[in-house]
Amino acid sequence: MKETDGKRTTARIIGVDGSLVMAETDGRVVQNSLGYCIRSDGARLLSEVIRVRGRLADLQVFEETRGLRVGDLVELHEEMLSVVVGPGLLGQIYDGLQNPLPELAKQVGYFLKAGVYIHGLSRDRRWRFTPQVKVGQIVEPGDTLGTVPEGIFEHRIMVPFSWRGQFVVERIAAAGEYTVEDEIAVVSDSEGQRRVVTMQQRWPVKRPLNISRRRLMPEEPLITRVRIIDSMFPIARGGTYCIPGPFGAGKTVLQQITSRHAEIDVVIIAACGERAGEVVETLRDFPELIDPRTGRSLMERTIIIVNTSAMPVAAREASVYTAAALGEYYRQMGLDVLLLADSTSRWAQAMRELSGRLEEIPGEEAFPAYLESRIAAFYERAGVIELRDGRIGSLTIGGTVSPAGGNFEEPVTQATLKVVGAFHGLSRARSEARRYPAIDPLDSWSKYPGIIPAADMAKMRRLLVKGNEVRQMMTVVGEEGVSVEDFTTALKADFFDNCYLQQNAFDKVDGATPAERQKYVFRKIMEAVDVDFQLRDKTEARRTILEMTDLFRNWNYAAAGTEEYDRYLKAIDQFIATKGRKP
Amino acid sequence: MRKYFNTITRIAGNVVTVNAPGIGYDELAVIESAHGESYAQVIRLEGHQVTLQVFAGSQGIGNNDRVRFLHRPMQVCFSDALLGRVLDGSGRPRDGRGNVLGEMIHIGSPPVNPVRRRMPDRMIHTGIPMIDIFNSLVEGQKIPIFSVAGEPYNELLARIGLQANADIIVLGGMGLRHDDYLKFRRSFEEGGVLGRAIMFIHTAADPVVECLLIPDLCLAVAEQFGLQGHRVLVLLTDMTAFADALKEISIIMEQIPSNRGYPGDLYTQMARRYEKAVDFEGAGSLTILACVTMPGDDVTHPVPDNTGYITEGQFYLRNGRIDPFGSLSRLKQQVNAKTRDDHRAISDACIQLYALCRESREKRDMGFEMSAWDQKLLKYGNLFEQQIMDLAVNIPLFEALDRCWRILAECFEPAETGIRRAILEKHWPKPQVRLEPTQKELATVGA
Repeated sequence: MKETDGKRTTARIIGVDGSLVMAETDGRVVQNSLGYCIRSDGARLLSEVIRVRGRLADLQVFEETRGLRVGDLVELHEEMLSVVVGPGLLGQIYDGLQNPLPELAKQVGYFLKAGVYIHGLSRDRRWRFTPQVKVGQIVEPGDTLGTVPEGIFEHRIMVPFSWRGQFVVERIAAAGEYTVEDEIAVVSDSEGQRRVVTMQQRWPVKRPLNISRRRLMPEEPLITRVRIIDSMFPIARGGTYCIPGPFGAGKTVLQQITSRHAEIDVVIIAACGERAGEVVETLRDFPELIDPRTGRSLMERTIIIVNTSAMPVAAREASVYTAAALGEYYRQMGLDVLLLADSTSRWAQAMRELSGRLEEIPGEEAFPAYLESRIAAFYERAGVIELRDGRIGSLTIGGTVSPAGGNFEEPVTQATLKVVGAFHGLSRARSEARRYPAIDPLDSWSKYPGIIPAADMAKMRRLLVKGNEVRQMMTVVGEEGVSVEDFTTALKADFFDNCYLQQNAFDKVDGATPAERQKYVFRKIMEAVDVDFQLRDKTEARRTILEMTDLFRNWNYAAAGTEEYDRYLKAIDQFIATKGRKP
Repeated sequence: MRKYFNTITRIAGNVVTVNAPGIGYDELAVIESAHGESYAQVIRLEGHQVTLQVFAGSQGIGNNDRVRFLHRPMQVCFSDALLGRVLDGSGRPRDGRGNVLGEMIHIGSPPVNPVRRRMPDRMIHTGIPMIDIFNSLVEGQKIPIFSVAGEPYNELLARIGLQANADIIVLGGMGLRHDDYLKFRRSFEEGGVLGRAIMFIHTAADPVVECLLIPDLCLAVAEQFGLQGHRVLVLLTDMTAFADALKEISIIMEQIPSNRGYPGDLYTQMARRYEKAVDFEGAGSLTILACVTMPGDDVTHPVPDNTGYITEGQFYLRNGRIDPFGSLSRLKQQVNAKTRDDHRAISDACIQLYALCRESREKRDMGFEMSAWDQKLLKYGNLFEQQIMDLAVNIPLFEALDRCWRILAECFEPAETGIRRAILEKHWPKPQVRLEPTQKELATVGA
């Protein structure tokens, strides 16, 4: 996005207000096109045109505006904010504008520096290219010309997506090693015009990338190995979900767990306006962690986009789009991609800040009126698609929401709930009681099919609802006011919560439960809950359920296939067989 | 030759607009009036109309007073000579001693590149069990103390400052009462840390704009010491005063308020400061501990709410104690597995049981019958409050863990604690040590 060859005009700054710059020009101005504000010391600050009024262009600057003066030059380009895509994206750590941060650290040290931009892909690295087309073959945008190995994947080199029509392959590179800037093919269009294809191409981040035969229904469950999600509120490949929650309820931890354990090809983490520390944790841990499915480092399937809260606000808005564009690019290769955006509220706040500076008429809580449509358009970029050659690719989007005061009635949460397929609402009450993950099992919902039969899911949900009713009743009439039977129901609901819905994220075994084990444990739990224990009084009820809880909890901590696992399973079976009779 | 501008076109609140060409955004200016000189900062450019926020306030400024631009952003002097000094919100000495000499550094430096941060993993021992056991403080962390007026939050802040064993302490006081400032000074003196402390103090009597600069001054200085390899602890009190100063300026600037009059960029403004907390790879660290008073004890008020989303946890100070439920240290997982193998188990179990005790108390208060289990919980709750939660308790971590085990053994059977068997077998006290219940306890338990 840094170097462009397109047409350019110039403008002069006439005002500066926070990250907003007003400029005046006689030339052509294109909405959402790029510009550079040129500071008196020569630094070029990347900006985007966000409003045009006559000869006036308002630009949001992706850097601190400190030092800009009235009269300074602005260079206006026709190109829109875009990312460079090609082999070498995986394993990268970018800022919101696709600057590789490790490279930046090498060049400018501990601190970020305004106006320093680095190409998103290594220009020196050589990739082993294998051609897949022959001279004379007809190709269309998105068609594969050849592949290069990138980590565990065959990275497809495709005809640039932004081109239109059909092309004839005139020349194709022989198998061998090339950089992303080397010519790998020459094609000609219907008018005989020749065009060069390299392994990298550009795509404007705010435009959805989807070259496919059709969009499919997201139906296949995406396993996260978080029990409460997979078994009770599943998400689907190509679907969308949101995690709203007050601070401290564990949104980010949940996203981190998902990014580690999700059974998916590529994970893109967009840390948007959140804490730098949390990103650092991922940065430091991922290269060390081994993906059990591939035996390779988790980093090889991950791209991290970092725009922490201290980084310039306008770039925060760009970062979620950058992440979406990169996700869509890998989807075009027929891969399953998961995009985790944390937090979409910070992105919405960035919109609010700019809208305020533009003096637009504010909507609810001063958010702009277009908040809802922007959020909807973002989530709509998710989806399962059937590519032109019949392969299937998917992009799943999961976003956290940080509602002010933890109140879900606020505009960002409400706008998000309208457009997502699953809702994992975190509750402060649960997190304060250290019941993690703090997804509220009574409020949350999902429209996607999961791994547990719907009837069983509904049955356990009823148990939770009933248990909750009894608990509420007890706060009014006391323990002595409810029957032993009701009391036992409440205890059983707690048991299900304690031994299944809650999970210790920091334990090796309990922290991630594969789908097969989930199904098995779920059935075992249902079996245990169905037992009629013939309890005489509440003390006995408490003791019995406590014993059962203890067995299941220890079972959860035991790794499958160990002697410990078998021992607890045996104890549980014996417990069920002896403690009562089946109804 | 100095260039002056004297066409002031608007004076409102602490904001002044002057007609001047060629001025840079965020630049510093000096306004000379009959009442003396004051610094001012450029906060908006519109053609040649330059809007300034005046540090000393706009009282006494006339529409033909002189404005001079310094063509640089706000700076602060940085050198070892700062240690032991007290400065005000413009960086001038307020301890009656001469100017500090040294290198001038810009305040509000750019953010640290995340790849140059290291993962914080060194625990800061405070001697306060509610922090050490349950919500460990970690070097490089940013964490506020949520409290309300009347609670001893400044005392707690000073105590942590003294016991945390940092190389350098930087105190930023915003809207501080003068006697609170004197108290800080005295406790630093008595604790023998004055020689490695730097204080930037804005009192309630000082101009409000100066309050806005306190965090930036503290953090700029702290960051430099951090880069030199020092472990720096920054204490900020009270960040609510800082947010209110922001609100005041934004209203005068006619910005559309988002929530209860606070500006839409409140989150960004606060995050930019708190995010300075860092553990540098290959250098020192900067830890931020801040006080946030919650107006009306309301955690959903915009200031504590936004703070909670920015910081790595929070300590709730309520009724003179650190409340175990709302309090959270997000970085504790980085350190509490390495202290002792029972640390996490004790931390989880004690809180869960205390939560159950709270339920039992509610039941008791509503006049319901107490079961044998309830009685155990009540007994536990009292012991826990007296021997662990009380702020007067000042013991090292391991001693505090042992004390928790003794309390658990006093009240429960091992299986009732919900602690995993492997840990129980190793740590459950044997033979059981009998703790003598106090008179008060006997009365409440009603055994």
